[in-house]
Amino acid sequence: MNQERDNKPARRPGRGPGMGPPMGRPVEKAKDFKNSFRRLLTYLKPYKVQLITVLILAIFSTVFSILAPKLMGKITTKLFEGIMKKRSGIPQAKVDFGYILNIIMILAGLYFCSALFSYWQHFIMAGVAQKTVYKLRNEINEKMARLPLKFFDTHTTGEILSRVTNDVDTISSTLQQSLTQLITAAVTLIGIVIMMLTISPLMTLICFIILPLSVLVTKFIAPRSQKYFAKQQESLGELNGHIEEMYTGHTIIKAFGQEHKAITEFNAINEKLYEASWKAHFMSGIMMPLMGLINNMGYVLICVVGGIFVTKKRITMGDVQAFIQYARQFTQPIVQTANIANILQSTVASAERVFELLDQDEEIQDRAITKTIASPNGNVKFENVKFSYKKEVPLIDNMNIEVQKGQTVAIVGPTGAGKTTLVNLLMRFYEIEAGKITIDGININDLQRSHLRSIFGMVLQDTWLFNGTIKDNIAYGKKGATFKEVVAAAKAAHADHFIRTFPDGYNTVLNEEATNISQGQKQLLTIARAILADPAILILDEATSSVDTRTEIFIQKAMTELMKGKTSFVIAHRLSTIRNADLILVMDNGSIIETGNHHDLLAKGGLYADLYNSQFAGSNMAG
Amino acid sequence: MFKLLKHLKPYRAYIALVLALVFFQSLSELFLPNLMADIVDTGIVKGDISYILKVGGLMLLVALAGTICAVLAGYFASKVAMGFGRILRLKVFSQVESFSFPEFNKLQTSSLITRTTNDITQMQQLVMVMLRMMVSAPMMCIGGIIMAVNKDAKLSLIIVVIVPILMVAIYLLTKKSVPLFKALQVKLDRLNLVLREYLTGVRVIRAFNRVSYEEKRFQEANQDLTKTAVRVFQIMAALMPFMMLLLNLTTLVIIWFGGIRIDNGYMQVGDLMAFIQYIMQIMFSLLMFSMMFVMIPRASASATRINEVFDTAPSIVDSDVVKDDAGNRGRGQIEFNEVTFSYPGAEKPALKNISFMALPGKTTAIIGGTGSGKSSLLSLLMRFYDLASGSILIDGVDIREISQQSLRAKIGYVPQKPILFTGTIADNIRYGKEDATEAEIWQAAEIAQAREFIDSMEDGINSYIAQGGTNISGGQKQRLSMARALVRRPKIYAFDDSFSALDFKTDAKLRLALKQETLEATVLIIAQRVSTVMDADQIVVLDEGEIVGLGKHKELLHSCHVYREIVQSQLSGEELA
Repeated sequence: MNQERDNKPARRPGRGPGMGPPMGRPVEKAKDFKNSFRRLLTYLKPYKVQLITVLILAIFSTVFSILAPKLMGKITTKLFEGIMKKRSGIPQAKVDFGYILNIIMILAGLYFCSALFSYWQHFIMAGVAQKTVYKLRNEINEKMARLPLKFFDTHTTGEILSRVTNDVDTISSTLQQSLTQLITAAVTLIGIVIMMLTISPLMTLICFIILPLSVLVTKFIAPRSQKYFAKQQESLGELNGHIEEMYTGHTIIKAFGQEHKAITEFNAINEKLYEASWKAHFMSGIMMPLMGLINNMGYVLICVVGGIFVTKKRITMGDVQAFIQYARQFTQPIVQTANIANILQSTVASAERVFELLDQDEEIQDRAITKTIASPNGNVKFENVKFSYKKEVPLIDNMNIEVQKGQTVAIVGPTGAGKTTLVNLLMRFYEIEAGKITIDGININDLQRSHLRSIFGMVLQDTWLFNGTIKDNIAYGKKGATFKEVVAAAKAAHADHFIRTFPDGYNTVLNEEATNISQGQKQLLTIARAILADPAILILDEATSSVDTRTEIFIQKAMTELMKGKTSFVIAHRLSTIRNADLILVMDNGSIIETGNHHDLLAKGGLYADLYNSQFAGSNMAG
Repeated sequence: MFKLLKHLKPYRAYIALVLALVFFQSLSELFLPNLMADIVDTGIVKGDISYILKVGGLMLLVALAGTICAVLAGYFASKVAMGFGRILRLKVFSQVESFSFPEFNKLQTSSLITRTTNDITQMQQLVMVMLRMMVSAPMMCIGGIIMAVNKDAKLSLIIVVIVPILMVAIYLLTKKSVPLFKALQVKLDRLNLVLREYLTGVRVIRAFNRVSYEEKRFQEANQDLTKTAVRVFQIMAALMPFMMLLLNLTTLVIIWFGGIRIDNGYMQVGDLMAFIQYIMQIMFSLLMFSMMFVMIPRASASATRINEVFDTAPSIVDSDVVKDDAGNRGRGQIEFNEVTFSYPGAEKPALKNISFMALPGKTTAIIGGTGSGKSSLLSLLMRFYDLASGSILIDGVDIREISQQSLRAKIGYVPQKPILFTGTIADNIRYGKEDATEAEIWQAAEIAQAREFIDSMEDGINSYIAQGGTNISGGQKQRLSMARALVRRPKIYAFDDSFSALDFKTDAKLRLALKQETLEATVLIIAQRVSTVMDADQIVVLDEGEIVGLGKHKELLHSCHVYREIVQSQLSGEELA
């Protein structure tokens, strides 16, 4: 259940791809806007030429579209003049269609160019945006390889996934759309103001008087709407949590007859959600009509004032028409800029999270000069090893053990007591604080990590298989393994038989969660993988509760086969394994508290003796 | 999809109101250009300033009225849409709560969660958009056409030419872009899959030195994605410029022909200006309308999933006449009578001809390999599923003859995986008995060996448990889950392999304490560990759904080879002797 949750990308109030946040939704803020923004810009640096081209194209395409209304106004003026002359009875008065056609042709040209340039600019941006995030994703990918395991242990899968998907997505769509929009909006605003001023400064003033009104409306509505959206989000989170819990715990609800309680609780949260969400939607929805009203007020005022001016012959008819069009566009870039400012904020916040990932401490580099163990024997020695995950909680202090080639070490203790710790140290997933671990007398820190890990084989209970064929999954243990070798390994692992029962045999594709084969079969596949890799030292996980008896016997046999002549660390559950082990490590809460063989430890009367007696004493009596 | 809209019924009046309001709002918007034309054609042409002022005032009033309508429409629409979501959510949730396990298995938990959350939000959004945009778009479109024809019928013929061009353009674009976006999603999913596999398997990948291989896999997926993305967005780059060009060229055509008509005296200048605005309104509403077609497929997929929930009837219902009082004085004797059961869709029955008795005051243990049907046995006892044939009796009464509620009230169930809920420890234990006093809770905790760790927590039994119980250990969860069953003091205890998460020491202590507590009760234990079942009064050995052994430990060691095999796999030969 936990696994399921971890795999889901974290829910974050965000926007769908390609859509701006609706007005009045809360905006996520970056912690250090300036530096993160600057760093984001460095990713765009290689595209300087393209970006400058986009800028120029944007300016031209916008300027062309701004010129249009003014030109169109000229047509109206000509028409109007012609009609007025006709009315006043001037002989031979007629509309100058040659002139009008001229302007229409110019306009058509302008529109074509504007559209072309706009298309061109988006076309370039598509390349720039996608290549930028491509690079970002690749950097994350490379970083992943260098991050210590500690990072993966302390962050959930969902959290990391969300940075690579949601956050990178946000950056990509902002680059794709908002950047050009920002340029266009700025140019439009300046252009429109200039055009309006050339037509009539007084009427421009009217537009500017209207402006504070819209700011006022925004100021009034935005915080209220944000408040309700935040509340809605909160209730929604609560509701989702409740639903998830009730559905996954359905057995318990039914067994204890608590359906009514679940529904009552649900209803209470649902009511809360309803209250918050209708207010949130109402508040954010009201913005448009109010802005529209203000716009219309400006429109009416301009119509009236413009009309009066025309009658007074201060401006022409076409100018009024053009001005109306400008005024209608006037508030648009302002609202757009405000929106983009918000988008930019959340984009930089996203970028920040990605950078945070890129800035994580990396694994200590392998030494420049490393040793190699040509044919490892598998003598393992811990000398005065000190280790802890958190400085305040010491786990292992001054541990000394020595394991000879071919010996078996059993690790026992309450469930989950710390088998991973051992894997972590041996494979150098984590660094020890003091002392040293040697293999065949060579300090593992002097080996290249990849070399060290090639000495080990690992078969754990939480099997890991990937979405691919069975053949590929087994061959994972050895680069360039032939099909023959794969089959041989599968045979040794008692897996050949069940693999052949699948219609596609070795080419059967395991699905994403590998649910098309059983837990025990998975385990056999991972054993086959280890057999193929043929390592000198093994780390094994014994007996599992979720495997049927027959398969379990196979697993036992396969493991025994695998362990022959190899140094093995076994997380043991079976008494026979424990008793026959050369060395027993008793672990509790992650630390090793007792070491010795079966008889020594029994004599000692510590935790091992306790465990042994409580688990197996009954069988002695029965026997 | 429209089937779901019947849940809007309680809001009929509101919806009518919204429609009316949107209608008036559209009217006001259509009316404004008309008034402007008046200013031009009458006011300016005649130089009548007072007329201009009068009409200007009228325009303001119309705009104001339109806004009021829009705000009110928004108010009611929000209430309708969100109320619709509220009703739907409650109905879906209640329906799911009434489901039994066959339905849960069929629809899947994770999918049910999506159906109750995202899918309903999707529908809610659709209703909102329908009420605001889809209603006003056709009104504006039709209104615009009427007004345009009214201004100049002949010039309106342009609409006949332009609209089909626009529609074809929209059609072609969506036809081209939808599969492209789908392809993009597939590539994105692929990238996520590769990354997720890396994250979940990081230990194995590093242990096998396959980091560079995984890196390459990611890079390939990334390249593939980027290539597609660049193409998709380069094609989409044409969308807006093309639409704008179409709109602008239309305007030019109108001006040209309009100019000619003005010259011939069929039309006035102000009318032409208004006409242009009408055509724009018509085209924009068409664009709006096309957005709807993008939204509908998504919403209808959601609707289908929600309807599936409604169309799934709970398979286990109480019989019409329940004999809840029957056998109430019994002590919890269980009898399985020739029970056969298969999971829906399964070829082989999970349990075949199971017959045994579990007596009060005795412990009956059930052991067997995975898939042998152990857990199914308990599920049947709890009536999570119904039998194919045979019967289960509790104190002589068939469990199908009493209500599910009273059946389950007799049983204290401890599942294999401990499931706790958000809330305090006390809340969780009270799940077993709603009116349990603090003393009762402590007592249950004591028996379940949970007292010690509860005591060590800051707020004792009022300590908070996070969702999924992530702030306590697996063993602690198991003990609380045990306490929850104990607090009921039921006649029957059902432990489904509930001891495996405990360390051996706690396991032993707990079993000792349990023995005292359950002296009178019927105890059913499913177990994996031989040490857990050895002392039982009766052991049922299951293999592939059939009983292959029934008796005490010692008898079974001799008579039942399956049992012996299990024991052998866990204990060494010495202890078997």
